[in-house]
Amino acid sequence: MSTAEQIGGQTGRLSVLAAAWVVARRDFVAILFSRTFFFFLLGPLFPVIVGVLAGSVGSHVDQTAVQPEVGIVMTGPDADAVVRARDALSDRLGTGLPALVVLKRLEPGETYDPARAFAGRQANIAAVLSGTPQAPVLTGPKDRIEGWSGGMAMIAAQAVAGPLGPWPDVALRTTATSNANERTGRLRTAQSAQMMLFLLTMMLAGMVLSNLVEEKGNKIIEVLAAAIPMEAVFLGKLFAMLAVSLVGISVWGGIGITLYLAAGSAVPHLPEPAVGWPLLIVLGVIYFSMAYLLLGSVFLSIGSMATTVREVQTLSMPVTMLQLMVFFLASYAMTQPGSGIELFSVFFPFSSPFAMLARAAQDPALWPHALAVLGQGVCVLLLVRAGAAIFRKRVMKSGQAGPRRKGRRGWMKRREPDAPGAAAQNV
Amino acid sequence: MTGNAAMPHGLAPDRPLAIEARGLVKRFDGFTAVDGVDLSVPEGAVYGILGPNGAGKTTTLRMLLGIIDPDAGYRRLLGAERPHDVAHAIGYLPEERGLYPAMKAAEAIAFIGALRGLPLKEGRRRAYELLEQHGLGYAADRQIRQLSKGMAQQVQILGTLVHKPRLVVFDEPFSGLDALNQGKLERMMRGLAEQGTTVIFSTHVISHAERLCDDVAIIAGGKVPFAGPVDVARDRIPAQVRLETRSGDGPWRAALPADARRDAKTDARGEGGAFWYFPLPETGIEPLLRALIEGEAGILSLSIERAGLHDAFVAIAGEAAARALEEGNPGEMGR
Repeated sequence: MSTAEQIGGQTGRLSVLAAAWVVARRDFVAILFSRTFFFFLLGPLFPVIVGVLAGSVGSHVDQTAVQPEVGIVMTGPDADAVVRARDALSDRLGTGLPALVVLKRLEPGETYDPARAFAGRQANIAAVLSGTPQAPVLTGPKDRIEGWSGGMAMIAAQAVAGPLGPWPDVALRTTATSNANERTGRLRTAQSAQMMLFLLTMMLAGMVLSNLVEEKGNKIIEVLAAAIPMEAVFLGKLFAMLAVSLVGISVWGGIGITLYLAAGSAVPHLPEPAVGWPLLIVLGVIYFSMAYLLLGSVFLSIGSMATTVREVQTLSMPVTMLQLMVFFLASYAMTQPGSGIELFSVFFPFSSPFAMLARAAQDPALWPHALAVLGQGVCVLLLVRAGAAIFRKRVMKSGQAGPRRKGRRGWMKRREPDAPGAAAQNV
Repeated sequence: MTGNAAMPHGLAPDRPLAIEARGLVKRFDGFTAVDGVDLSVPEGAVYGILGPNGAGKTTTLRMLLGIIDPDAGYRRLLGAERPHDVAHAIGYLPEERGLYPAMKAAEAIAFIGALRGLPLKEGRRRAYELLEQHGLGYAADRQIRQLSKGMAQQVQILGTLVHKPRLVVFDEPFSGLDALNQGKLERMMRGLAEQGTTVIFSTHVISHAERLCDDVAIIAGGKVPFAGPVDVARDRIPAQVRLETRSGDGPWRAALPADARRDAKTDARGEGGAFWYFPLPETGIEPLLRALIEGEAGILSLSIERAGLHDAFVAIAGEAAARALEEGNPGEMGR
């Protein structure tokens, strides 16, 4: 492909796209063979490692945690009857009933204050069942005893009346899903897709920002800005990083598919999205690209204004926070399909990719996606242009700032005409 | 501000202008960095922009090249009002040099050429050729970070020229170069001009401009108090007369200007004479000479010294500073 409108057989004026291609090609190659890309590839491993570690620690804690028990304080025969009744019922009710422990077998006429069971910090006693099976008393914290009162009544009933029943057999007929199940599952799929999109976008936008600041540090930006329009510089950088990320995603995807095929049915099942998996993946890549381009163009504008890493952090922090809020907005809107807030998140450029991806998981219609991608593309172009204009207007001042004047300043000032005719009056 | 947009006198007046700027203004946060700069640089000229540090030279060049937009005024480069339309015919060396540290020298040159529309393959070929020509062939495949600062700067200069531009803009090109490489660069700039390339460069070191330029613009406080031939700038300062007389006093003294400075001297015989320093009178040296002879001043030596560009620069830039102070805007001189 000729990147130039050839003049004299060699050098010619570059179009914005051709100039962006020159920048993108360099950045792509430079990043792909750098340590940055290696760490980018390793990036997703960290959350996985942290997740696995947290999961295993959590499971260990669960296993070693003391299970709450109900202490029984009754006469010997009553206590035995209650324990037998609980064992008999647990065959039917599984783990729904708390474990019972006989705390004290009372002699006839003997009294016992159940509160003493808690004072001694006896291991895991969460409540005390006293009285008789005919008139049981459950003592303990409110939230515990309210939850257990039904079960205790059933145990007491069985202890008094003997085995309940007969228990009829419930015939089980399985279906693939239900409406409620499907909706919940798709919400889960949408949520996972949104989360992945958000994490990737933030990671990449941060990378493109660092890349620009590094170039400003290397003073290369002036060479670029003198040779090609800033729009081309921004576009080139954005698309180079996008291409790098797509390479990364392909690598992760390849590894993911391999692991999936290797693990087979051990992989947790995510419900089928409304548009189907293949289309959701395609839309995911498209919306990821748009979300990244939108955020990346804002970050590039910030990067072009900042001169130091500290300035970058100061300037990018509010944007990061806003993006987090946008993500929460899109997550919330996902649970309110058809509501005003969902429409807002669909139309607001920065939340649109997230909201539309969630839609793809829940709604099979495809035409809204075409419109959304078009709108988001226009926004990217506008942001790139605005960023380039800010750069040309406000950046690249040399020397130290002079004294500030009183009165109207900056954008509030009236602009003087740029036209040659108007300027000629100054000559 | 009214700039002097005189046509350089060493070149034909009908020559097309490589650079034409009128009333360029740039403000940053309410502070005027460049205040109505006019420039006319004909094609094929070697043109110097002189000014003290912070005078507005770099900002002017950045506006000319379209790196930043002027707040007022207009500029035309090689006939185009939008500098990026003719970017393929322009080479630019910024004051703050910058190359990708991990890039190899030849690749860096080719990349700068590619930014100006030179196909990468051709850029690589020319890069190796240029590096060989300038004695840097051995460093062609070394990364920029492995080169010395001076070598990296030479690589960037070659990158500025790889696409054979018609107009080359150098911002403080001599800073960071040793004396040998400064000489090489001066020769390179002369060679470019001989081939018809327009060369414009900024500097605060007057000797380079004096050796290279026919025409200069002096920028001070964001304004151009002078633009024109170097000779005209020199003529702004009257020539200085240095006179040595045997006699220290006499009626001939009335012929000397009132502001003549006297240094007393005593010769071996103990007789007092004097050295006199004063600007060349507007009437010329002949009437004064006649009066000295008739008054028997005993002329031992007399010389007329023409002002250098440095003196002219100090005088013109100093006047601009004084004017800025009078106008109540001293901050402009502090940049």
